[in-house]
Amino acid sequence: MIAHAIFFYIFSFIAIISAIMVTTSKNTVHSVFFLILDFISISCLFIMIGAEFLGMIMLIVYVGAVAVLFLFVVMMLNVASQKNTFFKSTHGSRHIPIGLFVSLIIFFELIIVVGGWKYKPDLINSINLEISNISNTHSIGYVLYTDYIHLFQISGMILLVAMIGAIILTYRKREGLKRQSYFSQISREKNDGVDLVDVEKNKGVKVDV
Amino acid sequence: MQDYFYILVSEVYKILFLLVPVLVTVAMIVWLDRRVWAFVQKRRGPNVVGPFGLLQSLADALKYIFKEIIIPASSNKIIFILAPIVTMTLALIAWAVIPFSEEFVLANINVGILYIFAVSSLGVYGIIMGGWASNSKYPFLGAIRSAAQMVSYEVSIGVIIINVLLCVGSLNLTDIVLAQEKIWFVIPLFPMFVIFFISALAETNRPPFDLPEAEAELVAGYQTEYSGMMYAMFWLGEYANILLMCALGSILFLGGWLSPIDIYPFDLIPSPLWFIVKILLLFILFALVKAIVPRYRYDQLMKLGWKIFLPLSLIWVVLTSGYLLYFDLLPTT
Repeated sequence: MIAHAIFFYIFSFIAIISAIMVTTSKNTVHSVFFLILDFISISCLFIMIGAEFLGMIMLIVYVGAVAVLFLFVVMMLNVASQKNTFFKSTHGSRHIPIGLFVSLIIFFELIIVVGGWKYKPDLINSINLEISNISNTHSIGYVLYTDYIHLFQISGMILLVAMIGAIILTYRKREGLKRQSYFSQISREKNDGVDLVDVEKNKGVKVDV
Repeated sequence: MQDYFYILVSEVYKILFLLVPVLVTVAMIVWLDRRVWAFVQKRRGPNVVGPFGLLQSLADALKYIFKEIIIPASSNKIIFILAPIVTMTLALIAWAVIPFSEEFVLANINVGILYIFAVSSLGVYGIIMGGWASNSKYPFLGAIRSAAQMVSYEVSIGVIIINVLLCVGSLNLTDIVLAQEKIWFVIPLFPMFVIFFISALAETNRPPFDLPEAEAELVAGYQTEYSGMMYAMFWLGEYANILLMCALGSILFLGGWLSPIDIYPFDLIPSPLWFIVKILLLFILFALVKAIVPRYRYDQLMKLGWKIFLPLSLIWVVLTSGYLLYFDLLPTT
């Protein structure tokens, strides 16, 4: 149990420190890297409480895919140039009340969640906790596609709508692009590819492309 | 306290027993790769150092160790140094769950296949970090190319893994191998095996998909600014990743440590040996592809990943699950 506790404190320490560093580090790319470190230590904590499926999915989805796109955006936008000016400029200070408001809301939500846990201790006893040999991947599989199939489908739909929306927002038709198509390249034959021209002396050929 | 100490020592012993052979194999496989490549092109390849040139990789490693490590002045130093370390570490920790036989596995965890998938999806960070921290144009372009490529091919590898998992009913790697006792999955899922192989080539940045380091356009891609031991670590990490992909391929499709025919003389060969033979065969395929196929164009690569492999493997998921459901073959737990 001691080793378990030691690892728990190591991972939660790393998680908290890196979460703080996400907001305080001056370079935006660094803060994305700290965010990744945070995700990784959170997934380690998931694995430690025995939710190995959740931990791995967290790693695959957030670290393997979402954070890579974060990094892409941050590296491309070159946000590093506006560092430090945020809190100093008169323009940026308008965001501070909004930020405070949002964090207050999150704080109260946390209080509600923790309070619910604290003052309703029979919450956990009301669920029949069966100890069995079924791994938690199997148990998620049992309920996800049976009891929660509608919620599952709806969340898939929301993701699909978001995806299509993002594509439509960023899509623009550009003129003057030369695209290659496999079919025209492969189906090209000798007759329409090669043209034999009789060149007259001292006149040359006019080739129309 | 003594118990903890005992566990610690025995685990470290086991880890060393796994890691040292893997590292030696990585060094040997670089030699094998160059040999196969040379033989296809009717050259001799490295054949001077040691018998058949076997010690060539050692000589190369010594050269890299004694070379000076140059850190560009305008680079982001911490991330620049971290990048090869991340690549190497991620390539090695995935070996923890690979089962060499029914007993010989370092960590037989429930979600083994997800673990490997997660670790290989983290592999992109080494490249992005290296490319960004170099603070130079070619490495950055190479890193971005490579990240886009690896993220897209991971998707199709994930869907292919789902195909196999449908037939197994477990995420445990040992269970996946044991499910193939009757028939290796390469036979019923042959198209998936082909797509897996090609996606693995793209995932490990091997030719014909080695666009991140396409020397004609990008000098050496994300490795341009690296030198000495740091470059060697990128390189070793890449080969360890290739080896890991070969191991994953043989676990998912070629029956892992199982012998092809379960009769008398084949029984005597220890099961880890079968596994190693299968890994090496897949690796020789990797090396052959490097020698005979020209490099893809970048837009063709993306088109292949998203418009051909992803729909194909998704259709195959529907087919597999329909087949299993109709003939009542779905695995039960």
